[in-house]
Amino acid sequence: MKFREIPTAALVLGVNVTDHDLTFRGLSDVLQDNITPYVALLEAKDCPGIKNLMQKLMGQLMNCDIDVDSLEDEDCVQVSQNRIRCSMSSLISWYESIKKKTDSETPSKKRNSSSRYWQSPPVVVIFKDMESFTTKVLQDFIVISSQHIHELPLVLIFGIATSPMIIHRLLPHSVSSLLCIELFQSLSCKEHLSTIIDKLLLTSRFPFKLGAKVLQVLINIFLYHDFSVQNFIKGFQLCIVEHFYSQPLSVLCCQVADIKKRTYSLSHDQCENIRRLPSFRRYVEKQESGKQVALLTNDSFLKEETAKLLEDLHVYHENYVSILRCLHVFTSSLPKYPLGKQIRELHCACLENRVWETEEYESSLQLARMLNKTDLVNMLQQCVEILMSSSGREFDKTAEKLKEFLTQFQNLEAEASQERDVSVSSQKELQKKTDLYHLQKTLLEMKESRRSKKLTKFEMLRFEVVDYIDSLVRKYLVPAEDRTLHEIVYFNTASVLRGHLNAAPRTALHTALNNPHWYLKLFCRELASADKQLGTLFKELGNLSCEGNSGKSSVGGTHFSVHALAMIFSFFIYSRKEILSPTPIRMTVHREKSSVCYSFQTLSY
Amino acid sequence: MPFVQRGTNSPSSSNAKERKQRVARLLWTGRLGERTRWVVGAPPDQHSPAGWCEPQTLEIRPSRRSLQVKFVPDEDVLRHIADDTGTKVRKDKAQLSVSVKRFVKKLENISDNEAQETLEEKNYVATLGICAQDPVGNGSHISGGEVYSFQTPKRSNKMSELASELARTPERNVTPNHSKCPEKMAKTPQSTKRSSSNKVQQKNEKKEFVSTTPYKLRKRLAAPDPYLESESEYSASCSEEEDEEEQKEVNAVLPDQKTPAKTKATFTPLRRNSLAKKAKEQKMDNLVEEYFEAHSSSKVLTSDRTLQKLRKKRLTQQALRDLLKNAPVAYAAEIRDLNQQHESLFSKWMLQLHLGFNIVLYGLGSKRDLLEKFRTSLLQDSVHLVVNGYFPSITVRSILNSITEEVLDHIGTFRSPLDQLEFITKRFKEDSSLELYVLIHNLDSQMLRGERSQQILAQLCSLPSIYLIASIDHINAPLMWDQAKLSLYNWLWYETTTFNPYVEETSYENSLLVQQSGSLALSSLMHVLHSLTLNARGIFRLLAQHQLEKKDNPSYPGLSFQDFYQQCREAFLVNSDLTLRAQLTEFRDHKLIRTKRGADGVEYLLIPVDDSTLTDFLEKEDEDV
Repeated sequence: MKFREIPTAALVLGVNVTDHDLTFRGLSDVLQDNITPYVALLEAKDCPGIKNLMQKLMGQLMNCDIDVDSLEDEDCVQVSQNRIRCSMSSLISWYESIKKKTDSETPSKKRNSSSRYWQSPPVVVIFKDMESFTTKVLQDFIVISSQHIHELPLVLIFGIATSPMIIHRLLPHSVSSLLCIELFQSLSCKEHLSTIIDKLLLTSRFPFKLGAKVLQVLINIFLYHDFSVQNFIKGFQLCIVEHFYSQPLSVLCCQVADIKKRTYSLSHDQCENIRRLPSFRRYVEKQESGKQVALLTNDSFLKEETAKLLEDLHVYHENYVSILRCLHVFTSSLPKYPLGKQIRELHCACLENRVWETEEYESSLQLARMLNKTDLVNMLQQCVEILMSSSGREFDKTAEKLKEFLTQFQNLEAEASQERDVSVSSQKELQKKTDLYHLQKTLLEMKESRRSKKLTKFEMLRFEVVDYIDSLVRKYLVPAEDRTLHEIVYFNTASVLRGHLNAAPRTALHTALNNPHWYLKLFCRELASADKQLGTLFKELGNLSCEGNSGKSSVGGTHFSVHALAMIFSFFIYSRKEILSPTPIRMTVHREKSSVCYSFQTLSY
Repeated sequence: MPFVQRGTNSPSSSNAKERKQRVARLLWTGRLGERTRWVVGAPPDQHSPAGWCEPQTLEIRPSRRSLQVKFVPDEDVLRHIADDTGTKVRKDKAQLSVSVKRFVKKLENISDNEAQETLEEKNYVATLGICAQDPVGNGSHISGGEVYSFQTPKRSNKMSELASELARTPERNVTPNHSKCPEKMAKTPQSTKRSSSNKVQQKNEKKEFVSTTPYKLRKRLAAPDPYLESESEYSASCSEEEDEEEQKEVNAVLPDQKTPAKTKATFTPLRRNSLAKKAKEQKMDNLVEEYFEAHSSSKVLTSDRTLQKLRKKRLTQQALRDLLKNAPVAYAAEIRDLNQQHESLFSKWMLQLHLGFNIVLYGLGSKRDLLEKFRTSLLQDSVHLVVNGYFPSITVRSILNSITEEVLDHIGTFRSPLDQLEFITKRFKEDSSLELYVLIHNLDSQMLRGERSQQILAQLCSLPSIYLIASIDHINAPLMWDQAKLSLYNWLWYETTTFNPYVEETSYENSLLVQQSGSLALSSLMHVLHSLTLNARGIFRLLAQHQLEKKDNPSYPGLSFQDFYQQCREAFLVNSDLTLRAQLTEFRDHKLIRTKRGADGVEYLLIPVDDSTLTDFLEKEDEDV
């Protein structure tokens, strides 16, 4: 490091600005635990000028000073903080006093602190959103602090959302040359999402589950709108709230251990609720008549049955996750990923409908039948590991079977070498012949034999393996909606979620003005047509961009129109104050013999 | 039926016809040299009404409609321009209708493209899982393309479409290139046809004709004459003498959008046969020129027919209110049902507020009553703050002040809202038993929509023990928030379309239907005064009465402070001039009075409201007392 250079870390975090908070909080915690107690987090909105920046910086540093030796002269520091002029020199003197204090401390304490921190711990300043800082402030701060780098060991951390190039765009060469920049790249937000889905959804630890559509909505909001893990979590929280608020039977959505207790404490009404569940009805229809009557009339029998079904459901989840992971091992290595690269895509596909009925599954099976041996063996080994680690008891047999396949593959190697000998010998034969006619004949024969050639043992085995996986999928990856009592555990009303998270106020206004009967639950043609024209009229005004024209309403609807118009007027007074373009509206009311014309025009100067 | 409009057009008096011809000639004038002008146009005698009824005959027998090329000296042209005042009117109107037409045409193009986009959007919508319809009823069954769109910039292919569209139009009429070689053009059959088509167009209200007259040409024409110069294509000028009939006309043009397209269709074959190549060349030229013409000026032609022009007297605020009150509310029962549906969500809102979400209400109709009902039914026993965002002088600072002063009982001032926010944050974090419900009507109001105020509000409401429930009304309100603010707010959106009138919210606004009554509306006057003490109201009354007494004096400077003080003392309203000054400061803060210093240094007080409003106000006050 050259003279006067400030060590700097440029942290490229990606566009999910909302998640950065968490990252930085974690980072400063780690720094405070391991490296230095002096960490300051600065945000652009707090630092419009260098003065505010220094103020903020000193405030935070001195506060952490209080945290360190909170017992000693607390009020002294408190007072000084208000009095001290915020300048670099006061910061340096503060740092020196701190250093002296740690030096003069008792040896026992010193050892304690030095074990955690360095002898002279650096002061870390984190700029959370580097792009939003004013360049002047940043430049000034860097230039000033580089002058004092020897007295004050400063380390900067830049949080960058876009690209590292921004440093050079914000800072001129003379300033950036004062920094010794090291670039760090954070994990992409998609990986965070995968982790969350992995830990939260693809486990049988939590009884609450997301339905296919809901999961799709959440993932789509993530991918299409914000890349924000926090928002995803918020959506998940909302799902939980909604589920337990709207589903009366969500009492039964609990850990396996509690199922029995809770089912037996169900009231008669709740039993009736269970009987009303569509999935339960389907289940009842499949039973024989005697059991049907018992299920529909006898509460205690129903409770027993419910407890059993819920436990089944739990077992189903355990198996589902393991087999899903196994299937993912296969599909994620296929070319072009017909079933998706990520496990979440596979999960969505399996939740939505019977995955084995889809074309993608068909094609991926076909591709799996063409895998080479090393890959196949690798995958089988991974599957075995997954199955062994899963808690499902049923999988002992399956794992055994897979292991058997593995040993068969190993045995194949010996046989394969023999086969190779045979083929080599035939080729040698071929070389001996020199007669054209014979050559042709043998070639034809060889071709024939190759075409009708029996599958090699390896191929047979490969088919067998793929078929076995297929059978596992058919057995365990049944979509949740086919399971009885899935309503208790699965949250499936995606529309509610979408309405609250991904609302469309424009659409609401559009509908309210164009088809008010949609809200008012009535159908009146006259109203609809009259309003449509008002809606068109509004559209033109709402745009405030183009010239509007007239909307007519017949005399019959006049009183309504006047009313609606008044409403729209008051609305316009709001919309006139456009955020984007302040455009005045001009309006003419024109009265004729039998009809009223309103013509609106917007003006752009 | 390309010429249907003719019937609906203005009365075809001979005078009007003549005017049209003149305009036609005028616009056909191209400049060849410094001193000479050539006018290309059909001889006037051939403008028989029968002729322009049937466009086909015009085409078949072009020989009859031969062109006449004659020399016109500059003076004549000038005379033409100068003496015909009607021209301007005609032309303008034609422009207006053309632009309407063009606009409609463009819209058609756009809708074509949008159909495709809608399809794509539908895919996206399907992936978002929108297919399931919401039983509660939000309008999400509509895909984005059908909704009122934003003001989008034109896309690349649309530009070329527009250009070719524009390039095609002049083929029917006049093009800038024609002015370069009018002689040559005149001899070719093609141009004969063109001129005849022009005639048709002329009678066709000269819609195409005027609008597509090349910019260049027009400029040249305009240059020698300041009178014409004043009316460029894009000026928003509109005649004073325009009567109601003409307005009807503009409306009537709309149904015949297809006219130009059909006209074009009749002419195309001829063009192709005769001079396809040349036409192509020209087209290329035109394309370029017209492209720049189309995109050089972003201004849009608009009308200036405003409410001010209306002969009918506008209503007073009171009259409008009464009228609206008397008008029966349509579908009252359904609206009530709808609102009851929303009210059933109250307990859910409470739950979600307590779980750390904030709630924002959107949808058509005033949501004030709904929030009020929420407040009265659930928040009676808890600390809550109601913010009327629509109030014209609300600020973030006043919101923060009311929190620190009323809720936290803190006396003292803060250097900046950020400091204040920090203080509030600290207090709320220290004391976990503190809870505050904040209700904001119109979070998107003029005063609160700023970046900084939204940032502060968002930070405030991200505190776990502050529960925010707000309403928005502006169609673009969500644009206020970026990702960071959204995550601070942690919104849950609720669609609450109420169809209630925005009575309270707009009471501070000036309605277009209402007579403009000074800068301060009566209602805001009342609103402010109602919040003041009796004495303060008395003081204001005194001032108002005094001002009304002097209303006949046009040079009334206002009431001097000393006189006013004397009067107030006599009425037992104040006891010292300090108290009076304090009251006056209050008035001044609310912009109820204006103070002026006279030439002699004396302070004069004036209410900046017109007399009729003041009279109304006094009457109202009398009623109240």
